[in-house]
Amino acid sequence: MTWTPDQPIITIADVHKSFGKVEVLKGLSFDVAKGEVICIIGPSGSGKSTLLRCINALIPINKGSIKVEGQEVHDPELDQLALRRKVGMVFQQFNLFPHKTAIENVMMAPVHVLRQDKAEVEEQAHRLMAKVRLQDKEQSYPGELSGGQQQRVAIARSLAMNPQVMMFDEVTSALDPETVKEVLFTIRELVEEGMTCLLVTHEMGFAREIADHMYFTDNGVIVEHGPPSTFFKNAQDPRTQEFLSQIL
Amino acid sequence: MIRSGEIPCVLPSPRGTDLPVLLPAAEVVARRASEERARGGAKLRLKARHGVWLFLAFVLFSGIAEARAGVGGPFWVMATLWKWTPLLAEGFMLNLIMSFLAMVIGTVNGALLGIAQISLMPSVKNTSWFVTQFFRNAPWLVLMFYVMYLVPFQFRIGDFVIPFPDWIKATLGFSLPVMANVSELVRGAIQSIPSGQKEAAESLAFTRRQVFWMIIIPQCVKRVLPPWMNLYAILTQATVLASVVGVTEMVTTAHEILGAEYEPSLLLPLYTYVLLWFFAYCYPIARWTMHLERKFAVEM
Repeated sequence: MTWTPDQPIITIADVHKSFGKVEVLKGLSFDVAKGEVICIIGPSGSGKSTLLRCINALIPINKGSIKVEGQEVHDPELDQLALRRKVGMVFQQFNLFPHKTAIENVMMAPVHVLRQDKAEVEEQAHRLMAKVRLQDKEQSYPGELSGGQQQRVAIARSLAMNPQVMMFDEVTSALDPETVKEVLFTIRELVEEGMTCLLVTHEMGFAREIADHMYFTDNGVIVEHGPPSTFFKNAQDPRTQEFLSQIL
Repeated sequence: MIRSGEIPCVLPSPRGTDLPVLLPAAEVVARRASEERARGGAKLRLKARHGVWLFLAFVLFSGIAEARAGVGGPFWVMATLWKWTPLLAEGFMLNLIMSFLAMVIGTVNGALLGIAQISLMPSVKNTSWFVTQFFRNAPWLVLMFYVMYLVPFQFRIGDFVIPFPDWIKATLGFSLPVMANVSELVRGAIQSIPSGQKEAAESLAFTRRQVFWMIIIPQCVKRVLPPWMNLYAILTQATVLASVVGVTEMVTTAHEILGAEYEPSLLLPLYTYVLLWFFAYCYPIARWTMHLERKFAVEM
C-alpha cells in the first residue's frame, strides 16, 4: 500500500517501550494528519520525550508500529537516515555543536548529509537565520548566544533539512521566561505556514492557542485527548483534571 | 578569575549551583587529586619564580664551588660550563629528539588504543583497557629497561641489517607510557561529550561515522590538547632516565664532564645548569598549556 498525502503523515499504533524492567510506553496509539499541530502534555516520566525519540528512530520500540508517510520506522530494512530527513527534532537542551558558528550549525547537515551545493545551502541558511531573527548572530558561537537564541538556531538547523514534520521536545523548559516568548513566536510562525508539528510542552497557554489536538499522557498511556476547546474546559478523567488544576 | 597556574579553587560547584563558590581546602586537594588521576600524572605547575629560584641556586652553587676549588680566576665555574656548553647542547638535542619521537609514536598508538577503549565489541574494549592500565601504571624506568633488554640491537632482514641503537630503544620504551596516557585522555574526552550531541547529529541524519569524525572528534581535540602538551613536557623531563642505560643524552654528558674535569665541587653548579636548560624548555610549554586550558574553558 502506498502512502498518499490525504492519509495521516504519522500513524502510531500500540507502541510499547521498556528500559530494562521499566515499561515507559504501554500501548500508545494516535494519528497525525498533514499540517496538524499536536500537543502532548503530561507529568514528568510519562513517556512523552521517549515517544518523540521513537518516532525519529533514535531509540527502538519493543512492540507496535510507528509509520511515517506509510513507512514503518522500526523496520530493520528501513533506511533510518531517510526517515530522519523527513522528521526534524528540536531538543530541550538545544544541543548545538559548540565548535561551529551558528550559521555553520545550520549548514552542516544539508552540506554533509544531503550533499547539496554549498552556495545554495549558504543562501538558504541566511534565509533561515533571518526567519528566526538572528541574521546578526550568524558568526557567533553557541557559547556566545543566550538560551533563546541557541534554541532558535536549533530550530533553523532542523528546518535546513526541509523536514515534513517538526518535533519539539520541551523546547522552552530550559529557558528563562523572557526568552520563552521569542522561541514560541518562531514556532507559531512555523505553524502558520502549515508545518506539521508535534510538541511536548508545559506551556499550556501556548498549547491551547496553537494545538489542533491535545493529548494527555500519564504512566505510558494516553489518558485523554481532544481539541483544546473541550480538552481544557471539560476534562473528563480525574487524572487530567488534577494535572490541569495544578498547572493552570 | 583564576590566577594563572593557581589551583582552581573557585569553580562552578558540582552541587547544583552554577555560581562560583570557594571550596574548602580538603575539597581543593581532592579535586586536584581526581584531576591528576584523570590526566594520568602530575600537572606541571611551573612558574616564573621557580626559574628565578633555580637561577639563584645556580649562582650560589657556583660561588661555593669557586671558593672550595680555589683554582683558576674568578668566574672559573662559568668559564668551565661555557666551555662544555656545546657538548651539553648536543646531549640536550638527543633528549629533544627522543621526546619528539616518543610523543609521535605514543600519540598515534594511544589515539587508536583510546578509540578501541570505547569499542562496542567487549573483547576489543577489555583488551585495550587492560593494555592501557598496564602501561599507564608501570614505572617509566621499568618499561624502558624492558624494551632495552627485550629488543635486539639490530634487525637482520636477509643481508640487510637495520641497527637499533640504544637511544631508539629507549625512545620506544618512553612511547609506551605516553601511549597509555594518551589512550586515557582520548577515551575520557570522547566520553565527556554530552550524549545530546550524538542525538542531535543523528536526528539530522548524520551517519555514525560522520557523527564520530565531524561532531565528537573535533570537540575532543580541544579537550585533549592542554593535557597532551602537559604530557609532552613531562616526557621531555623523563628522557633523562635514558642516562641510566648509558644513552649519551644531556645528563650522561654532564656525568662524563664531571669525570673529565676531575673537580667534585663542580657537581652542584653543573647539574643545576642542566636543570636550567630543562626549565627554559618546559616553562613556555607549561605557560602555553595553562593559557589554552583557560581559553578552552571559556569557549566550551
